[in-house]
Amino acid sequence: MSTGDPILKVINLNKNFGGVKAITNVSFELEQGGSLGIIGPNGSGKTTLVNLITSFIKPDSGEVLFNEKNITGLMPYKIANLGIARSFQMPRPFYKLPAFKNLIIPLYSPRVKRLEGGKYGERDDVALDLLEDVGFERESPVPYKVAGSLPHGYVKRLELAQCLALRPDLIIFDELFSGMSMSEVASTLPIIEKISEEGKTLVIIEHRLRELFRVVRRVIVLNFGSKIADGPPKEVMASGEVKKAYLGSEVE
Amino acid sequence: MIPTILINGLVNSVVLVLIAIGFSLTFGISGVANFAHGAFYLLSGYTAWMLFRFLGLPYPLVILISVVTVGALGAIMYWVVLLRIRGIILSEVVATFAIGVAILEFFKWMGFHTYEFSLPVFIKGSMEIAGLFLDYQRIAIVFIGLALLLFLWFFVHYTKLGLALRGIAQDEFTAMSLGIDSDWTAMISLALGSALVAVAAISILPLGIIAPSVGYDVLLTALAVAIVGGLESTIGIVVGSLILGYSQVIVASYYTPLWMTVVYLVAIVGVLVIKPSGLFGKSKELEERV
Amino acid sequence: MVVSYRKERLDRGIKARSDDIFVISSHRETLYLVLPRIIPIVGILLIPLLKENVGIYWEKVLVITCIISLLSLSWDLLMSVGLVSLGQAFFFGTGAYFAGFLNKSFNWSPLFTIPIATLGGGAFCAILLLPVVRLRGIYFSLITLALPILFMRIIEAGKILGGEEGIVALTPFHSIWIELYVPAIALLFCLFGFRRLINTDYGIVLRGIRDNDRAVMARGINIYWYKTQVVFIAGAVGAFAGAFLTHYYQFAGTSGLGLDYSILPLTCVIVGGSGTFAGAVLGTFILVPLAEILRAFGTLRVVFYSLILLAFVVVLPEGIFDYLQRKYHQYERLASVEVGK
Repeated sequence: MSTGDPILKVINLNKNFGGVKAITNVSFELEQGGSLGIIGPNGSGKTTLVNLITSFIKPDSGEVLFNEKNITGLMPYKIANLGIARSFQMPRPFYKLPAFKNLIIPLYSPRVKRLEGGKYGERDDVALDLLEDVGFERESPVPYKVAGSLPHGYVKRLELAQCLALRPDLIIFDELFSGMSMSEVASTLPIIEKISEEGKTLVIIEHRLRELFRVVRRVIVLNFGSKIADGPPKEVMASGEVKKAYLGSEVE
Repeated sequence: MIPTILINGLVNSVVLVLIAIGFSLTFGISGVANFAHGAFYLLSGYTAWMLFRFLGLPYPLVILISVVTVGALGAIMYWVVLLRIRGIILSEVVATFAIGVAILEFFKWMGFHTYEFSLPVFIKGSMEIAGLFLDYQRIAIVFIGLALLLFLWFFVHYTKLGLALRGIAQDEFTAMSLGIDSDWTAMISLALGSALVAVAAISILPLGIIAPSVGYDVLLTALAVAIVGGLESTIGIVVGSLILGYSQVIVASYYTPLWMTVVYLVAIVGVLVIKPSGLFGKSKELEERV
Repeated sequence: MVVSYRKERLDRGIKARSDDIFVISSHRETLYLVLPRIIPIVGILLIPLLKENVGIYWEKVLVITCIISLLSLSWDLLMSVGLVSLGQAFFFGTGAYFAGFLNKSFNWSPLFTIPIATLGGGAFCAILLLPVVRLRGIYFSLITLALPILFMRIIEAGKILGGEEGIVALTPFHSIWIELYVPAIALLFCLFGFRRLINTDYGIVLRGIRDNDRAVMARGINIYWYKTQVVFIAGAVGAFAGAFLTHYYQFAGTSGLGLDYSILPLTCVIVGGSGTFAGAVLGTFILVPLAEILRAFGTLRVVFYSLILLAFVVVLPEGIFDYLQRKYHQYERLASVEVGK
């Protein structure tokens, strides 16, 4: 596979729930190391699209190719082990476990065991390092606190750490910044930028467009399940159809 | 031989439907699996028997009182026990299981299992259909079963309460935000399920005697039909009952009646291998949580 | 200014001091940590030595208690990964029949039948429950409830494996010491083994599956494989219990698939407290001797268990062990609070 090939190909995905057309004929390609934003009004199907790609929902038709391999409908854990990590819109950490123990689970996956050589007993150290990378103060009691007692911003960053723990090639963030305060966003954004610079491919669903456009070079807009725009942020935001989708149109 | 099997199979299937429908309905609507299902069946039988034998009430009145009593019991069980532990699946399961076992073993201890304990049939006598002598009780069962299914279909599609119950079953939070009280409807669904089981008991028990082992058999039947046909699906119950009902009759004709329960095991294992959530089950185990 | 009181719970000083292993500086603190673990071990290992004083009846009770504890521990392990078993009798009966069959047909001694029954029974149960593990939790409960009843009917109807009478005249154990110490050691092994297991990384994965399995799946773990492994371990422990009792009673019959063996361990764990394994053992050691005393009441016993089970599930779901643990680690006092000005 040459470096020019797209790492992710989504081809004509379709999904209906009963009578609701959640996703209609959505296709796009993403090259390795690229960063793609997915935006659109509420209910446009962004999370459904992520669920289709990561196989938490099976599509009615269409294909998803990752590194030229057809991953449509594979079990989600297999997709994670191939190198795709995703965050959840409503993160539910393992409440009774301490924060850093939450990371043991991705570190226990076959993928990480393969990459790291599976050393027993060092997972705790790796976990603490990962937490430090996402902004948990190392020398403080915060990483040892039970996950159920962490404030929302920390929970979101824990979610980010869980994705990174998997050592993925492609990360899909589902509204990572929702619920974060300005300072938390300001401290998390550089981490995302760094991940992108390290060569990881990113797909980011967001509502906070200003922050999003700092990180991504390309944006897809969904409305009522269809893709209505695809291109650089400035171009897309200038399009009349996108404006209509977000803001509505005037009644003549 | 064939007409015999067809007719007996139909009767047996309707019997299974009557037994299973209360359990499946309750679980489908309120999410509570009522493991005391078999116990309630038995309780209905004993209640009717005691009202009939000791109080000497006319039988139609006995039926009415029994059904209402057991229905009320279901509602009370919800109110007193399940309400406190709603949502904790482990506790709900264990609690209803404990209640069921307590009731059934209590009856076993009391020694209620001689031939005296039987309910009278609705109408004595039998008639001949296609060379088979079918007693009126079995014919009545078929009619009751079909009438019940029809009533339920109408209730669930056209009445306000029925639609509310379906709303809760589909999406509890949305239903609640529309003003439907989920605790109240769960209690109603438990009462309804219990009342249905009482109707089943009074219709079917006259065919045999009332004995505590019947309670466990009934629970097993309800489970088997639910697993094969799929929980929460009325069509599943009907189809599951038909499959199991006819299989049992065929097995009983060609082998011995002892093997009837084996049919359950084979069917369950078969379903688990082919489509684990049941023939008409909604297998959205991952989807529903995303 | 009104002074009112509220109850507050504080960790005892000794707990705070002994929490971190490098901070222990006195014998008292070491004892504080070690005593709760040593007492059960010593107790269980020493009681059999008292047999002359206590009589053969209580020996039997001890053996039964240890065996039921194994079923309770097995239940607690399944609970730790999120599976609620209503049919421990199924694991038990499988092991019992395996051992009974091997002994009757091939005349193998318990030395062989018990290990084979343990592993074979575990494998059999795991395979049978394999399809269910992929479904919602409630299906596991349904199937485990149905399986013992179904198999009981099949054995009676097909008159296989001894039918209603069961398999009789099997090989007993050679010495009373084996009878007493094998279950006791098995119990201690499982108790401390499971407790250790649940605190390793593997155990954390299991607990994660219980809490939020879709998240675990999204992080690359095949949750179904892990659930199956747990079913195998729990099934093997249950099968061991059944196989052992088969040789102890020299009999294997449909009573091994009976409701008693499903509901008693369940009650013991709920009373003792699920999730800690120690609670399971504690509950068993309270309820089983009690059940033996109540044997005179016949089937009414089962009614008692069910009602106790019901009461605990509704009122004190964390169980006794949790209460005791709290008392041991924390103390309560009334703290004064100033209300209003």
